[in-house]
Amino acid sequence: MDTPLPLPLRPALPEIDAPGRVDTKQMIGTRARRIEDEPLLRGEGRFLDDVRVESSLHAAFLRSPHAHARILRLDVAAARAVPGVVAVFDPATIARELTSLRMPLGFPSATLQKDITPWVLSGSEVAFVGEAMVMVVAQSRAIAEDALALIDVDYEPLPVVHDVRQALDSTAPRVRSDAVSNVAERVQVGYGPVEQMFSEAAHVFHESLFVHRGAAHPMEGRGVLARFDPAFGSITVWTSTQMSHEVMHTIGAMLGLDQHQVRVIAPDVGGGFGCKYLTYPEEVAIPAAARALRRPVKWVEDRAEHFISAIHERDQRWDVEIAVDADACILGVRGRLLHDQGAYTPQGINLPYNAATSVTGPYKVPAYAMDVLVCQTNKTPVVPVRGAGYPQAAFVMERLLDRVARELQLDRAEVRARNLIAPEKMPYEKGMTNRAGVRSVIDSGFYAATQATALARIDYAGFPARQQAARAQGRHLGLGIANAVKATSRGPFESAIVRVSPKGRVDVYTGALAMGQGLATALAQICAEQLAMPIEDIHVTCGDTGYVSLGMGGFASRQTVMAGSSVHLAAVEVRTKALKVAEQLLQVPMSELTLNHGRVEAIGRPGVSITLAEIAHKLKGAPGYSMPPGVTPGLEATGLFQTNNQAHANACHACEVEVDIETGAVHILRYVAAHDSGTLINPMMAEGQIHGGIVHGLGNALFEKMGYDDQAQPITGTFADYLLPTSTEVPNIEVIFSQTPSPTNPIGVKGIGEAGTIPVAPAIVSAIEDALSPFGVHICEAPLSPVRILELIDAADGRVR
Amino acid sequence: MSSMPTPDSTAAATPPDDEAMMQISLKVNGREITCRVAERKHLADFLRQDLQLTGTHLGCEHGVCGACTIWVDGVTARSCLMLAVQADGCELRTVESLATEGPDGHGLSPLQQAFWDRHGLQCGYCTPGILMSLTELLRDDPAPTEEAVRITLSGHLCRCTGYQNIVAAALDAAARIRSAV
Repeated sequence: MDTPLPLPLRPALPEIDAPGRVDTKQMIGTRARRIEDEPLLRGEGRFLDDVRVESSLHAAFLRSPHAHARILRLDVAAARAVPGVVAVFDPATIARELTSLRMPLGFPSATLQKDITPWVLSGSEVAFVGEAMVMVVAQSRAIAEDALALIDVDYEPLPVVHDVRQALDSTAPRVRSDAVSNVAERVQVGYGPVEQMFSEAAHVFHESLFVHRGAAHPMEGRGVLARFDPAFGSITVWTSTQMSHEVMHTIGAMLGLDQHQVRVIAPDVGGGFGCKYLTYPEEVAIPAAARALRRPVKWVEDRAEHFISAIHERDQRWDVEIAVDADACILGVRGRLLHDQGAYTPQGINLPYNAATSVTGPYKVPAYAMDVLVCQTNKTPVVPVRGAGYPQAAFVMERLLDRVARELQLDRAEVRARNLIAPEKMPYEKGMTNRAGVRSVIDSGFYAATQATALARIDYAGFPARQQAARAQGRHLGLGIANAVKATSRGPFESAIVRVSPKGRVDVYTGALAMGQGLATALAQICAEQLAMPIEDIHVTCGDTGYVSLGMGGFASRQTVMAGSSVHLAAVEVRTKALKVAEQLLQVPMSELTLNHGRVEAIGRPGVSITLAEIAHKLKGAPGYSMPPGVTPGLEATGLFQTNNQAHANACHACEVEVDIETGAVHILRYVAAHDSGTLINPMMAEGQIHGGIVHGLGNALFEKMGYDDQAQPITGTFADYLLPTSTEVPNIEVIFSQTPSPTNPIGVKGIGEAGTIPVAPAIVSAIEDALSPFGVHICEAPLSPVRILELIDAADGRVR
Repeated sequence: MSSMPTPDSTAAATPPDDEAMMQISLKVNGREITCRVAERKHLADFLRQDLQLTGTHLGCEHGVCGACTIWVDGVTARSCLMLAVQADGCELRTVESLATEGPDGHGLSPLQQAFWDRHGLQCGYCTPGILMSLTELLRDDPAPTEEAVRITLSGHLCRCTGYQNIVAAALDAAARIRSAV
């Protein structure tokens, strides 16, 4: 890790609450209004489908209606003949444009089965409903869709793998005929003397848990626009992605182009939540078509396509055991995870690996073993959605702790408190490594304090009386709690350039990618902290490979930490450089200079100052004139903050619910979220991240289920069947922040985007189970629909309805 | 809104000769428009492609998410569930018209301003439709309860915000409008 730079001292700044007020000191820690917002509010945002390139053609894809079938014949002649159709690409014709018809694996792996990635277009066999086979390019999307209807395909339906348990059966059909096995990979993770701990334990409890996660469903779907420039042999691709640079490299590899020939631009991105953190087959097919046709080509998916062809996060079945001593202190956890990967593996096994290695969360677990089977089924492929395996892992751990409490007749909060990692143990070695072999070390945190904060806010001590009083009225209240830790800020680096132009304009360019979180504002605040200027005067450009050669993008709650630190490093360098030049030009010692609103000023000497523009003009150079001594050309700097350490965010959620035992409806009466995400750059945006993350978690706990039947046909293909949370189901969330600075980065921040989501399902399920405790209901799954809750009540032993 | 282009005649929007077309006349954000439009084109596509009013967004095209909400003859409607030809003779308002409600004629409306101040948007994709529905609510009910705001908002899907700051912004805007009267 780089040596942390000391933060400059900053005065206590007033919070910006007064509407319409302009504050010029919108730096770290202030509730600055976002610099992104005004165009978005005026309807002047520029999302993918808003980008217009003259003479664009429009693409549509023929997608498989079968979960598994052999393609016996594919006849596109009638489609080609439709007026307005410019080209029809089948697997054979698109292959001529590509170095490979099969997509490369997102994250390289030495152990993973070969030939498990998706096809750009699938030619001989389809393995899930939604898999693309043919691309039609026409004058309009409507004409392209007309032509799709005329494509003649003879399918031979093949047996289907629809469930992870079925996938393991020795007599099960193969998910694809090229699959060596339905198990793409099997890994064991863990540490410590597991056998010994379980044999010596006072108590061992077993749970079989099922967690379904649904899909990401950003409100803007995917979309790609590509324009080929024959003069330079280069291609510009606009795509709604979370990772411009990786898409650029993948397009280059697939089209046989080098980095200088491919520019990828992410325009305004209407949400990602994980589903835009991979290179999709369409992101290769569209540029290939644009180059082949020498015409710009655009494809914008509709929601129906998104439901079946954008990635999901799907079912995990966990069989787990916990061993505890007589005092409910954890001795070990072990078990087996069956992870449903879908029909292909675009990225690798990062999701199940994350899930398996994050179970222990904020708790001391002396021994741990998880046998992970990455199972393939004939469903849409899976990559991480917000939380990336951590929500499932937290569900497992928190369900086990609730079980321990119930069996030993102990208080749920007390059981947790006895097992939380103590602050004096930080940094705490988890005993596991990440996929790249880096040891997992929790950097900082006060977990017991976070839990105590949440419990105090929800009046945990007073709940039994509230519950009793409600029961006397025939109402069923329950309280649930859950803790979480999220390893954020995944490395190895992020890029940032801070540049002051000779006209005084400040630009920040980064390989990080804005998708709605307010990244530009956060980075501007970090930059403003050093350059002492209004954030409105700082222009942030994210996700355009034409401006910055290196970048990782948006995933794993990393960008404020990684890009923020890079901006900080670059801005410190620019500031230092400006002061050095001013020292020489003003003949004032650096210690007597300050930056203020685009000027370097001599403290206490009004009128003695120089603008950053003048300094930048000096540093742009003039022929034959030397630079100021000791200063390199250009008022700009590049920050490439690099680390393998992860800043660990912590949360404790506590919620109070009422369950209607006649309808199965769950009403969330209160929801308290205590969070430690380190130093907060903008508390208002941080709260927004927690609100959104929690409501995403509520969807996973209560509403969102991507359903398939036993032929792996999707049965939830619209927002009328697949329920996202709406405003009338969600509570006002009470967010409480503590700020333990992370020692892993120079600005002390911890990631926040996913932290809100992780503890939600276990907290809600714990509360529902508590509400239904008179019936002896035991809950081992999520999501819980009202019907399912009624089934659980009916099936429970202690039935008193 | 300041500048609205004339109906688009570029290749991207031009249907082939045999596509059934119809002439329509309508008023959009105060401006009279007469043009030919493909009979099968839905209203959102017409606004976005032919009039280049790209502030109206499409999130599902099956009438659930509400991102495409506009005003048709003074009431909200989902522009993905109407054909453009059905808007013949109608008066439409889209998100691009809201800013004219500001104090200086082109500033943000009180609702837009409250969204900005209260962090009522994140990615901003669902925002235009929500602004249209809440503008209607505040017109019809100057002092809405939180429940009324949430019921109006329940016709919209937002994946980013959890709705909380949107509700706060709507209540704040209502208070601002009342105090300005």
